[in-house]
Amino acid sequence: MNKKKPSLLRSLGTTLVVFLVIVIFAYGVQVTNVNFETTRSEIRLTQLTRVLRALARPDIIEYDQVETNIEIPFYLPCPEDQEILIPEHTSEEAYLVSSAYCGSAGDIIHIEGYNLLPNYKGPVNFVTASGINKPLGDFLTDGEGYFQLDAELPNRQPVEDAQHIRATIKTRVSGPKLTATAKSTWEKIIETVFMALLATAIGTAVAIPVSFLAARNLMEENKSPLTSMAFSIIGWPLGIYLGLQTAHWIRIIITPITENLLYTLGGLILGPILIYLVLRMTISNSSTDQETVLNKGFKILAYILTAVIAIAVFIFIETLARSVGNTITEPLGMFGFLGNFLYQMGEASSLIIPAITALGTGAVIGSIFGKIGQNISDKAAAKIVKTVNLFGAPLAGAILFALVGAGIDWLYQIQNLSKTLFWPAGIGAAIGFVLAIIIAPKRALPTGLVIYSITRTILNGTRSVESLVMAIVFVIWVGIGPFAGSLALALHTLAALAKLYSEQVESILPGPLEAVQATGANQLQTIVYAVVPQIVSPYISFTMYRWDINVRMSTIIGFVGGGGIGFLLQQNINLLNYRGASAQMLAIALVVSLMDYISSVVRERMI
Amino acid sequence: MLEIKNLTKVYEGGTQALYDVSFTVKPGEFLAVIGLSGSGKSTLLRCINRLIEPTDGQIIWNGQDITAASQDEMLRIRRKIGMIFQHFNLVSRSRVITNVLAGRLGYVNPAMSLLNHFPKSDMDMAINQLERVSIADQAYKRADELSGGQQQRVGIARAMMQEPEIILADEPVASLDPVLAHSIMQHLETINKEDGVMVLCSLHFLDLVHRYADRAIALNEGKLMFDGSPKDIDDARFKEIYGKEAERVG
Repeated sequence: MNKKKPSLLRSLGTTLVVFLVIVIFAYGVQVTNVNFETTRSEIRLTQLTRVLRALARPDIIEYDQVETNIEIPFYLPCPEDQEILIPEHTSEEAYLVSSAYCGSAGDIIHIEGYNLLPNYKGPVNFVTASGINKPLGDFLTDGEGYFQLDAELPNRQPVEDAQHIRATIKTRVSGPKLTATAKSTWEKIIETVFMALLATAIGTAVAIPVSFLAARNLMEENKSPLTSMAFSIIGWPLGIYLGLQTAHWIRIIITPITENLLYTLGGLILGPILIYLVLRMTISNSSTDQETVLNKGFKILAYILTAVIAIAVFIFIETLARSVGNTITEPLGMFGFLGNFLYQMGEASSLIIPAITALGTGAVIGSIFGKIGQNISDKAAAKIVKTVNLFGAPLAGAILFALVGAGIDWLYQIQNLSKTLFWPAGIGAAIGFVLAIIIAPKRALPTGLVIYSITRTILNGTRSVESLVMAIVFVIWVGIGPFAGSLALALHTLAALAKLYSEQVESILPGPLEAVQATGANQLQTIVYAVVPQIVSPYISFTMYRWDINVRMSTIIGFVGGGGIGFLLQQNINLLNYRGASAQMLAIALVVSLMDYISSVVRERMI
Repeated sequence: MLEIKNLTKVYEGGTQALYDVSFTVKPGEFLAVIGLSGSGKSTLLRCINRLIEPTDGQIIWNGQDITAASQDEMLRIRRKIGMIFQHFNLVSRSRVITNVLAGRLGYVNPAMSLLNHFPKSDMDMAINQLERVSIADQAYKRADELSGGQQQRVGIARAMMQEPEIILADEPVASLDPVLAHSIMQHLETINKEDGVMVLCSLHFLDLVHRYADRAIALNEGKLMFDGSPKDIDDARFKEIYGKEAERVG
């Protein structure tokens, strides 16, 4: 039976909830300093009006103007010994007539003007001997260019000579022109859009492979026994170290060759041919079915040779790009940026080649070690596997923890070997030992899930740091400017997109995945044939969306020195130049809405 | 010769999908697997190519224990076992020919296949297989532009690309109309009779079992209830397999 609560109790509860909500909002009002009194303050309202009016007139267009002054002499005070000259006028030109041509401060004079521009509003000034304008008031001409104005004479030091009363008319002599603000705004908004483009491109390129590591459905199936896990943990750092060394040595050997352009070109042509020949030989010589150990060894040697040649070729390309880029930047003139692009690509690859070599070697050696471990675990008797584990797992644990210790040492500069090396290594070894004892030797452990969790954690951590904050760090690294902003945006893009992408991977249909797996395809093949076709279009749409976000973000990343239009905007706000700021805000609004429109069109087309 | 010995599967969470199932299939045999939905038919078929890891028991094929194979060996074994699915499981955004070529992934050079490059011989073979199921003219359409019956024929072509010795068909005709169902079953029959491929096919309709299968096994709640000629499934047996309240249709 569903018994209803007594209605009194229910209404009491409701009252309590309502009361609580009111209290929460009251506290919110207190905390956020809500003060409606300030909104009515006269001074603030005037300021607000002024700023709003300035914002409404963005500093974009100006005209060249010529000032025409129509003046009459005026004596302040009236001279005692001098005759006052009253100017004469023809009836066609513009002239002023005053009720008096001399007077003392505070006197009211009546000024009339003839033949000025019809329906024109302008200032009437008292111009002192030293050229200072004292405003007398504004005139407003009628349809025939006539006006009259009563004005009070200003309180000035007595001067003997004639001073002037002057009406000023400004006339435009040219069509509308862009202001300097408009031009700099244009430059910066272009910079902003390209910052966003670069950041999106870099971020996407890295986010795609990472997203597979952060997809649960792909990673879940990766299970490996402790032996394989421990072996690959040992293999990875070893491989990374070997890779770094190899890249270093190849560079040292190759550098003398790259100093000669002809040799470089020769290497560039010869390298790929060699790679082709070696690969052809190895692939045609081996059938995929049964392989002898010797065959396999040759194959591995051939692959290593190919990799080494490939690295050398990339170094050739890099040096070529740098020298060509450097030489063509000047002669290209307006298109010098293409030369600079080549040069910078060369520079970038000199950073990237060792990194990729290290990671690649790490991956290869890590997976070879892992495979050895897997095979031991699959084939050998449980006892032997256990013995192997008893050595392998502590070693792996020690290496892992020692590396973490080294990282901590670098950050906090503890510089105490026993704390940063021996203790962590000992603890890691102990954990490995305990695991080797506890875990059944052949049990498959969820390696994939571990990698998945680590990737996810790193991504979430990175994503939670706003790119504005990241920009501060990058500004320190690469200096104030759009490059820092692009890098900060790229890092944030990477974290955010990798998460969105991986969720897309998680939502693909499992059927095709299962079908491709059933054909005997390996994991990489499964991803390329079953996963990629399913995710291409959402990936594109997410990337477009992210570009959109990056354009918006890059408009403000300049606030912290990250380049782009935000820099100008902040400057103008600080200088109280609201008309300038308004121009920049207008530009941002235009670009953002344009991006919005373009990305929606592209997304519609793509999907 | 495929021997299933004491096969047991318990899913995480305790669901018992298979319980001590043992039977053997002779080379070239067409074996029907029948039973209610949820009786363990799909699990049984997927245990054979280890898309699902069995909890216990052995699967011995030509003297090799599939359940003990390493990951690398499993890839080699899988490419000799073609699979056909109820919902076809084509990659709908890829072209038909790409779907068919996916059947060669276990054979070709992995690096080249990642660049979507297949040897000429495989391309010819793909067209041949599509001709065999008479949809070669659809080869360059996107898979989701095809009708259900056509999609299942692409599925068959993909399985045949593996040059399989076994075909596992998981309710291949359950989402097709009766006419299409017969045409698909006839393709399977051809593969079985002409190419001598062993076929394990789970089916819902007994008339299809009578018409195409050499032998039938029946599962009920993960237990093997029947193993014999389809002709021997009389009313009493039927009630045993499908439950007392079941009535025969078709």
